[in-house]
Amino acid sequence: MSATTPQNNVYKPKRSFFKSGKEDSPFKRLIIHLVLILACMIALYPILRVFAVSLRPGNRLLSTDLALIPPDASFESYRIVLFERPFLSWIWNSLIITMSTALIGVILAASAAYAFSRWKFPGRGAGLVFLLATQMIPASMLMIPLYILAIRLNLVGTYRGLVIAYCVTSIPFSIWILKGYFDTIPIDLEEAARIDGASQMKTFLQIIVPLSTPALAITFLFNFTAAWNEFMLARIILGSKEELMTWPLGLQRLQGQFQTQWGQFSAASIIVTIPVVLLFLYSSKYLLSGLTLGGVKG
Amino acid sequence: MITPQTMLTSLKEVGSTALFILAAAAILELILYFVLVKWLKSKFAFAFMLLAPAAVGLLLLVIYPLVWELRLSFTNMSLRAFRNPAFIGLENYVKVFTTPVLKQMRFFPLLRQTLVWTFVNIFFHVTGGLGLAMLLNRNMRGRGIYRTILILPWAIPQVIAVLAWRGEFNYTYGYINVLLQNFGLQPVQWMTNPTANFAAMCITNIWLGIPFMMVTLLGGLQSISGEYYEAADMDGASGWQKFKSITLPLLQPVLTPAVLLGTFWTFNNFNVPFFINQNELETSDILVTGLFRAAFQYNRYGFAAAFAFVIFALLLVFTIFYMRYTKTLQGGAQS
Repeated sequence: MSATTPQNNVYKPKRSFFKSGKEDSPFKRLIIHLVLILACMIALYPILRVFAVSLRPGNRLLSTDLALIPPDASFESYRIVLFERPFLSWIWNSLIITMSTALIGVILAASAAYAFSRWKFPGRGAGLVFLLATQMIPASMLMIPLYILAIRLNLVGTYRGLVIAYCVTSIPFSIWILKGYFDTIPIDLEEAARIDGASQMKTFLQIIVPLSTPALAITFLFNFTAAWNEFMLARIILGSKEELMTWPLGLQRLQGQFQTQWGQFSAASIIVTIPVVLLFLYSSKYLLSGLTLGGVKG
Repeated sequence: MITPQTMLTSLKEVGSTALFILAAAAILELILYFVLVKWLKSKFAFAFMLLAPAAVGLLLLVIYPLVWELRLSFTNMSLRAFRNPAFIGLENYVKVFTTPVLKQMRFFPLLRQTLVWTFVNIFFHVTGGLGLAMLLNRNMRGRGIYRTILILPWAIPQVIAVLAWRGEFNYTYGYINVLLQNFGLQPVQWMTNPTANFAAMCITNIWLGIPFMMVTLLGGLQSISGEYYEAADMDGASGWQKFKSITLPLLQPVLTPAVLLGTFWTFNNFNVPFFINQNELETSDILVTGLFRAAFQYNRYGFAAAFAFVIFALLLVFTIFYMRYTKTLQGGAQS
C-alpha cells in the first residue's frame, strides 16, 4: 500500500466496465433503463416539488396540483426571502462560521495526522482506537455537557462556543482520512529532503502539504459540509435570536408548525441547495475515495 | 435583508474566536518547544508538537465533557436543581430501566423501536444501493447521468431534504396523499398516526441513505476483475450463482465497513426523526431523539446523562462484537 504513489492509489478509480463478459440483450437493456429512470424520478421528485412550490405566487402556495411548473409562476417568494427576511444574514453567519472552523479544523487535523502517519510514538495505537471510538458517540450525548458547560461559561447566545466546538468535533474523522492519505506518500522523499538539510517543519510544509492538496481539499470540504448542515448544537447554543441564526435554524423557523411559509421556505431551500449540490457533485468521487481509504485500509 | 452592521458584528465575533484559537495553539506550541526540545530532548518532540493542538482540543471538548457527563449521571441535576445538584449514586441508571424515560415511553420499547428503525433502514439501503450499483455497473448509455441524478438525495443538505419530505407528508397537500386519493384510496394521517409517522420517517431515511451505499458499492463492484465472471460464464454458472459466489464475497471488504458506518449513522440519526416528527409524537422517537427530548425538553440533565451512557454502552458492545465477527477494521486501527 505504501509503495504506490498517491496518484495511482486514490484519484484514478479503475474504469473497467466490461464486467459481464457478454453484452446484454436489447430487452434486458430496456428493462434496466426503465428501472433506472424510475429510480431517478423517485430521487428527483421531492426536490422538483420544492422548486415548484417556490415558484407559486402567494395566494396559492398550498395546492393539490401535482404539476411541476405552475401556470402563473413567479419569483415573489425569492424576492421576499432575499429582501424582507433575515435570510441573507443567516447565510452570511453560516458562511463565516463554516469557513473559519473548517479551515482551523483541517490545519489541526493535518498536523496530527502527519504525526500519526510518520512516528511510532507511545500511545499511538490507543490514540487511533480513541479516534475511531469518537465516531460512535451519539451527537446528542455530547450536547448535554456542552450545553451546561456553555451556560456556566456564558457562551450561550454567542458564536464563540459554537466556533470552538465545530473546529474540534470534525477532527477525528479528518485525521483518519488524512492519515490514510499520508500513509500512501513514500517516506523516501522526506528522507532525501532531510539529508539535504531541511528541517522537519520545512519537510512537512514544503513536501507533504503540496503533495496532499487534493486530500486536504476533501477534508476541508467534508468539515465544511458537516458544519454547514449542523443544526442541533447551533439550536441549543444560539437559542432563538433571529439575527444570530445559521441557515438551518432559520429555515426550520420558516417551516414553523402552524403557519408554514411554504413559498419562502422553498425559495430559501433552493438558494441554499444549488451551490452545495454543485460543490458536492464536483467533489463526490474524491470524497468517496477518501472515505474508503480511511476506513478500509488494511 | 442584511445590513453591513449585522455582517460586521458576526464577523467580529467569529474572527476574534478564530484568532483566540490560533493564539492558544501558538502558546501551547511555545511551551511544548521549551519542554520537549530544549529540556527533555525527546526524539518524538516534533510528533508531539504536531499532535498537541488537536489533542488538547479533543481533551477539552470531547474527553472532559464526557467525564463531566459521567459524573453528572450520578446526580439529580435538572432545571430545578441546576446550581447545587445532589449525588444520588446509581439511581438514574436504575430509573432508565424502571421508569418512563420520556413522558410515557419506557426504555425497552424505545430500544425496540430503534432496532427496528436501524434494521429496516440498513436493509433497504443495502438492497436498494446494491441493486442500483449492479444496474449501473455495466457499459451503457447515460450511465454518468443516472449516477449523478441518483446521488442527489445525498448531496442535498439533509435538513432541507427532510423538511421537504415533511411537506410531502402533509395530510391535505402532500404528494403522497394526493396520489393515494387519485387512486381512490384513503389518505393517511402521516403526522398523527404513530405507525404512519414511523413509516414516514423510514421512507425519508431510506430515500436519503441509498445513494451512499450505491456509490460505495459501485466502487467495490468496479474493483472486481471481470475475469472471474468470464471464468464462471465458461463453467455455465447462472446469474444468481455468480452473484452469490463471486460478487458478494469479493464485495465484502467494502460492504462490511459501509454497513458498520451506516449502522452508526442510522442508529444515531437525529435529523430525520426530529424533523419529520418535530417533537410531537413520543411514539416516533428513537433512542437519540428521546435522549435529546429528555435533556432539552424535560430538562432532566442528570437522568439524561445516565440514559446517554446506557446508549453508548449498547453501541460499544455492538461494535466490539461486529469487529470481532468481521475483523475488517482491526487492521486499520492497528497499522
